[in-house]
Amino acid sequence: MKTFTIGGVHPKENKLSKGVAISIAPIPERVMIPLSQHVGAPANPIVAVGDIVKVGTKIGESAGFVSANVHSSVSGTIEKIDMYPDLSGNKKQMIVIKTDGNDEWEPTIDRSTTLQKDITSFTPEIIKEKIAIAGIVGMGGATFPMSVKLTPPKDVTIDYLLINGVECEPYLTADHALMLEKAEEICVGIELIKKALGVSKALVGIENNKPDAIAKMQQVATAYQGIEIVPLKVKYPQGSEKHLIQALTGREVPSRKLPASVGTIVCNVASTFAVYEAVIKNKPLIDRIVTVTGTGLTTTANVLTRIGTSFSDLLNVVGGLPEGTDKVISGGPMMGRAVRSLEIPIMKGSSGVLCMTEKEAHRKPETNCIRCGRCVDGCPMGLEPYLLYALSKKSMFAELNEHNVTDCFECGSCSFSCPAHKPLLDYIRLGKAKAIQILQNEAKKEVDKK
Amino acid sequence: MTTIINTILLLCAIGLLASIALYFVAKKFKTDENPLYGEVESLLPGANCGGCGFPGCRKLAEKMVDSPSLDGLYCSVGGEQTMEQIATFLGKVASQTEKKVAVVKCKGTCEQRPKTVSYEGISSCSFAASFHAGDTACSFGCLGLGDCEKACSFGGIKINPVTKLPEVDSNLCTACGQCATACPRHIIELRKTNKKDMKIYVGCSNKDKGAIARKACAAACIGCGKCMKTCPNNAIVVVDSLAYIDANACKLCRKCVEACPTGAIVETNFPVRKKVEENN
Amino acid sequence: MLTVSPSPHYQSETSTTKLMCNVLIALVPALIFSVYVFGFSALLLTLVSVASCLLFEFVIDKWLFKNQNYSIKDCSAIITGVLLSFNLPNSLPLWMVVIGCLIAIGVAKMSFGGLGCNIFNPALVGRVFLLISFPADMTTWSKVSEYTVDGTTGATPLGMVKEGIMSGKTIADLSLPSTTDLFIGNIGGSLGEISVIALIIGGIYLLCTKTITWHIPVSVLGSIAVFSCILYLANPELNANPIFHLCTGGAMLGAIFMATDYATSPMTSFGKIIFGIGIGVLTVIIRRFGAYPEGMSFAILIMNALVPLINKIQHRRYGSKN
Repeated sequence: MKTFTIGGVHPKENKLSKGVAISIAPIPERVMIPLSQHVGAPANPIVAVGDIVKVGTKIGESAGFVSANVHSSVSGTIEKIDMYPDLSGNKKQMIVIKTDGNDEWEPTIDRSTTLQKDITSFTPEIIKEKIAIAGIVGMGGATFPMSVKLTPPKDVTIDYLLINGVECEPYLTADHALMLEKAEEICVGIELIKKALGVSKALVGIENNKPDAIAKMQQVATAYQGIEIVPLKVKYPQGSEKHLIQALTGREVPSRKLPASVGTIVCNVASTFAVYEAVIKNKPLIDRIVTVTGTGLTTTANVLTRIGTSFSDLLNVVGGLPEGTDKVISGGPMMGRAVRSLEIPIMKGSSGVLCMTEKEAHRKPETNCIRCGRCVDGCPMGLEPYLLYALSKKSMFAELNEHNVTDCFECGSCSFSCPAHKPLLDYIRLGKAKAIQILQNEAKKEVDKK
Repeated sequence: MTTIINTILLLCAIGLLASIALYFVAKKFKTDENPLYGEVESLLPGANCGGCGFPGCRKLAEKMVDSPSLDGLYCSVGGEQTMEQIATFLGKVASQTEKKVAVVKCKGTCEQRPKTVSYEGISSCSFAASFHAGDTACSFGCLGLGDCEKACSFGGIKINPVTKLPEVDSNLCTACGQCATACPRHIIELRKTNKKDMKIYVGCSNKDKGAIARKACAAACIGCGKCMKTCPNNAIVVVDSLAYIDANACKLCRKCVEACPTGAIVETNFPVRKKVEENN
Repeated sequence: MLTVSPSPHYQSETSTTKLMCNVLIALVPALIFSVYVFGFSALLLTLVSVASCLLFEFVIDKWLFKNQNYSIKDCSAIITGVLLSFNLPNSLPLWMVVIGCLIAIGVAKMSFGGLGCNIFNPALVGRVFLLISFPADMTTWSKVSEYTVDGTTGATPLGMVKEGIMSGKTIADLSLPSTTDLFIGNIGGSLGEISVIALIIGGIYLLCTKTITWHIPVSVLGSIAVFSCILYLANPELNANPIFHLCTGGAMLGAIFMATDYATSPMTSFGKIIFGIGIGVLTVIIRRFGAYPEGMSFAILIMNALVPLINKIQHRRYGSKN
């Protein structure tokens, strides 16, 4: 069975919500929709306070090439357009909409659930345009605008479309649930992306801890040409773009290059489903499936949630935040971000809400490094985390560049595997930021000289 | 015996050859350098703090020797005394620079500014700042993790373990600016001070609107503008709900300190105020 | 109040203490066997060694380092104590054991900064110190089986070979123990090194619990086998066969427990293999051509010194393929 070859770790899976059917979250009284839910320039607001909007009304206009549209996820009145703290506590522009309870949708959106497999009427240009209008971004967490991804540089030829159904983060099951329930739609979505890119072959990578999803997708995919389901050996971080490419095709993306440079484009299954909805049903990206989980919860759920629902509203689906929760994470436990308050919205890239009990939430005390080499064995980029840690601690930032610190994509395998519980990744992040600064300054000096 | 003699002769021969080689190497790679550089450098404190804007004391010394006047070249660590010495040594006129000292524009102690989250991670302000907005609701104030303390080569700034705020010892502070550069929140200012180190400044950096700032911290500047109206010298401006006192225009009258409703304005080293109202 | 911290929010179940305890558990079969063979004195020697290692570490930690968090809690000093005693003959006076522990903990470990900072394996430094300081006591083995010459002193199989070759005999002339005896441990030697089977059981436990990886033991034993095989084929009269080399003189103890010491072995898998091959080759060279009959300790210490250099070898990085 295929997997990537360098490093990797095996965190305890803890997929509590495995096999839980997708439920629909109630529409909250108020949603907060950030204008920056993607990599790139924040969208410009195109509504004013007091405006009446419907579900799917565009409220933020893409502000440049690398940017994405933002749509209203509820019907109601624009209450405020102001700066509110995001999950890091830094203030971002958000649009607050008070819902009217009617849930009135834009008339262009086809709300029926009938499956449409025929895509002959869509040309690649129409598909790309519809994706751009719908404001679809990478929903695995990277939130890179899909329209940009589907416009690779002219000098490269793309020969593989890779679909990421790996979901290697512990706890999360949103993509798993989606693949079980919407396999047909995902396959049509793949066909659409293939057509947009002009690619004939698509590989869907699914880790073999989801045998039901593999079986379901395989069964559905037989009806489509050029869609192959590839079961992968369970290993974290297989869902990383670079590692999925290596696992599926054996190719390696060179340092500081995009996947397109090795002829591949990677899309998450959730984004693929969103593409289907955008192109066939004219539905912009206004909701997504979020896993609500945690060992302290009595029930766990995979919830179809409107973008902009606050964490506290969403947690009410599973009976509110349990007593003794010390940490709430947006995303999975390996790469997710701890939130500061529950009054922050679900965004396009939020794949999970994980509540950690007091026992799980805190870091274990640090001890001496015993030089066991587990961090080196675990690093999927083949870096030497113990060395980067030491260099960063000693502020030797120039040396960090020599040891490829910029290749680190912060998967957390090193900190996870360290028996001395060293905060390896904290220091590596610090050093990486400084090292990038140094590189940028050097580049600037070069330009100034010329 | 012959062995010993042979050995001695051989060693002498090797020594001679090596010295000849060294002579030619030294000749070939000789660099002409102004001997004044070294002498001026020895007059400088040798802390290599970079506060003068040059990479280390040596470069400042070179610049001092090479440039026709000492204008703009100032070693804040050595202070006026050192500058006088160098000026006399070089036969140039020392530039007059006012004495400055670092001030921390945050009064958000643990009491004034309650924690809203608890941060768990490495003790580095620049890392914490890149990761989140601090463990209080104020996203402008001090993070209290001590990057300034680590950056200071003179022990002039230290985190108070009780308040978790840095405190500047103006006797040790040389105004080199290392702490101000290290602070990711940019709340440390190098501020003009007088002989008695009397100064008045706004001890807050919060640019949020009054209500939000006040909610986050009891000692926040809420941008009400009372100080601006009270100031007889027009030394105070309020930008982005945050007051700033111009040290050059300030005459140290302390009226603004009394006017401030949140006590965000700091006065240092003034004699104790006579409590006139209470006596009446 | 919620806690915020940077990712990852997940830490593996292992900890330094757990890993050290795994090593201790793996040493139990060999300890039991040594008590069975040498009697109560073996247990006493091990206990004295462990106790003095713990004491020295505690004293240095408390009064020299002034640590609040005592490092003896991580159990690494116990391992040093057990491994050191495993490298000593049963009859060694206890005061010498204590000196060995002082050198092992005080000089080889704590003077470098404690756990993880040491360059050389502490137990081996202690052992080599004792071997050089008290050569007679360190090479006096009490009788275990018929192969040892008299009631109180004996020789290890490697010692017998060395002596025999020196006095002009060939391997065939010597009455060496059978392979089965070597395997079970029916031979003379230090406490922990005699029973190959007990050590292998421990090694399997370490591999199963993922405390160590296969790289070092396999490369050490593999290179000993290959190199001694070459010598054996070249001249079977003067060189013992590979199985003899693998089963004697602490080859197993060294390969499984000593060379795999985390702090003194390389970080990368590739480095570990180079390290292991180096140990194997050096061991056979010292055994065959050196003055000492046994070379494992020296080979490991020499390779320990090379570890920082081995760590500089760049291993495979992602993206280097294209």
